[in-house]
Amino acid sequence: MEFLQPRSLPDALAIMAERPDAVPIAGGTDVMVELNFDRRRPEAILDLTRVPELGAWDRSDGGVRVGAGVTYTRAIAELAGDLPGLAIAARTVGSPQIRNRGTIGGNLGSASPAGDCHPPLLAVGAEVEVASAGGARRVPIDEFFTGPKQSALEPDELICAVHLPAATGPQQFAKIGTRNAMVIAVCSFGLALDPAGGRVGTGIGSAGPTPLRAGEAEEFLEGVLSSEDLWSSRAPLGEAAVARFGELVAAAARPIDDVRGTAAYRSHALGVLARRTLGWAWDEHRTGRS
Amino acid sequence: MRVSCTINGEPRHADDVWEGESLLYVLRERLGLPGSKNACEQGECGSCSVYLDGVLVCACLVLAGQAEGSEVVTVEGLAAGDDLHPVQEAFVEAGAVQCGFCTPGLIVATHDLLARNPSPTDPEIREALAGNLCRCTGYEKVLDAVRLAAGRGLWTATGDPSGRGLPSRSGAPGTRGGDDAGPRAGEAGT
Repeated sequence: MEFLQPRSLPDALAIMAERPDAVPIAGGTDVMVELNFDRRRPEAILDLTRVPELGAWDRSDGGVRVGAGVTYTRAIAELAGDLPGLAIAARTVGSPQIRNRGTIGGNLGSASPAGDCHPPLLAVGAEVEVASAGGARRVPIDEFFTGPKQSALEPDELICAVHLPAATGPQQFAKIGTRNAMVIAVCSFGLALDPAGGRVGTGIGSAGPTPLRAGEAEEFLEGVLSSEDLWSSRAPLGEAAVARFGELVAAAARPIDDVRGTAAYRSHALGVLARRTLGWAWDEHRTGRS
Repeated sequence: MRVSCTINGEPRHADDVWEGESLLYVLRERLGLPGSKNACEQGECGSCSVYLDGVLVCACLVLAGQAEGSEVVTVEGLAAGDDLHPVQEAFVEAGAVQCGFCTPGLIVATHDLLARNPSPTDPEIREALAGNLCRCTGYEKVLDAVRLAAGRGLWTATGDPSGRGLPSRSGAPGTRGGDDAGPRAGEAGT
């Protein structure tokens, strides 16, 4: 095995052009488990922790560009104002030790259906910035996940950053697990309300071959909120509308039975999470308090 | 390959390191520092918790080469010779040690918690130690020990009451972006 440790993004991309078989590693929270358990023996491993371009985030054009190497701990500490949904999801990841090392780019690279960052990214329509030695491109998050642990990333590409709009309204995330810490989600749900644009965004985790959006639920709730002028009146949501939103989210999932839970349980729990997060988010919209 | 880093204040190097090896393996098997324990090898149990450039990490999830040139502090680096660190003393006094296997990781994680938050609430202690498993199920005594160590008021904003200091948190590559990029007060929910 070769250990490659580039000191700049161009150097890292040049290595990937020559060695597309190299396995990138950042926080190691997924890759090291595979190495430690003899599940993977790559010919080369590419350490990204010394690539300074990946560790930065900045605001631009009303949005935030989050470098792939930003850890969950930093997302919680530094991005909760601009990107509350992502920060809440980051807070549910693992333990302090894991959040200190694990990165947003690594979560995307692993492309697990259960990745905690994915629902909030789906809910705001994020774009993933990937690059090869030939140049950079942006992949809409809806097109990024192509299957279980599979993504649109080409073998010679690296994930450089993710672009998200700054929040204009309440965002929420919730997940189900056997305890509050150190769990892979049985299922999870992210919600983003955009009062300025009249938009509702959703993301479902761990209840399908990829993270999913609940498009019908989004359209339904947008219709209710605009036709009843609720965005500006800030009146309470009707129980029937909240219940229907939960049903549509549950219906959008494509869960399976596995060691963490049954498909039926996941669908049921997603309906609960959808209603619950909508309640929290709408309360925040009504009162202005998070 | 050779891996060189500063461990508990001393420059150290290990030769013939396999490229796929973890920092934990280097510490225990190559450098004679068995305080960090090897249990789950997947970041689940926290018994290999160490500081890497001032940041609490699971040594089993750090690739050896990633520690090149870094400052590592292990549980062996907290006591001053035979003088236990106040966190270690608190664990002894509170009876927070049963079989002792999880203890080194809990000591380092508690050290990190109190350095960041000298007066943690119980929920904050539970969250901070959530990644450290004790299979003797001795958690209540562990909580007592953390409260005891915190209650002695030894911790200040500058950190370690042993006065020996730890490396600053300078490990993250790159810079924080944005012209108003300071940490935000609002917590991110529960």
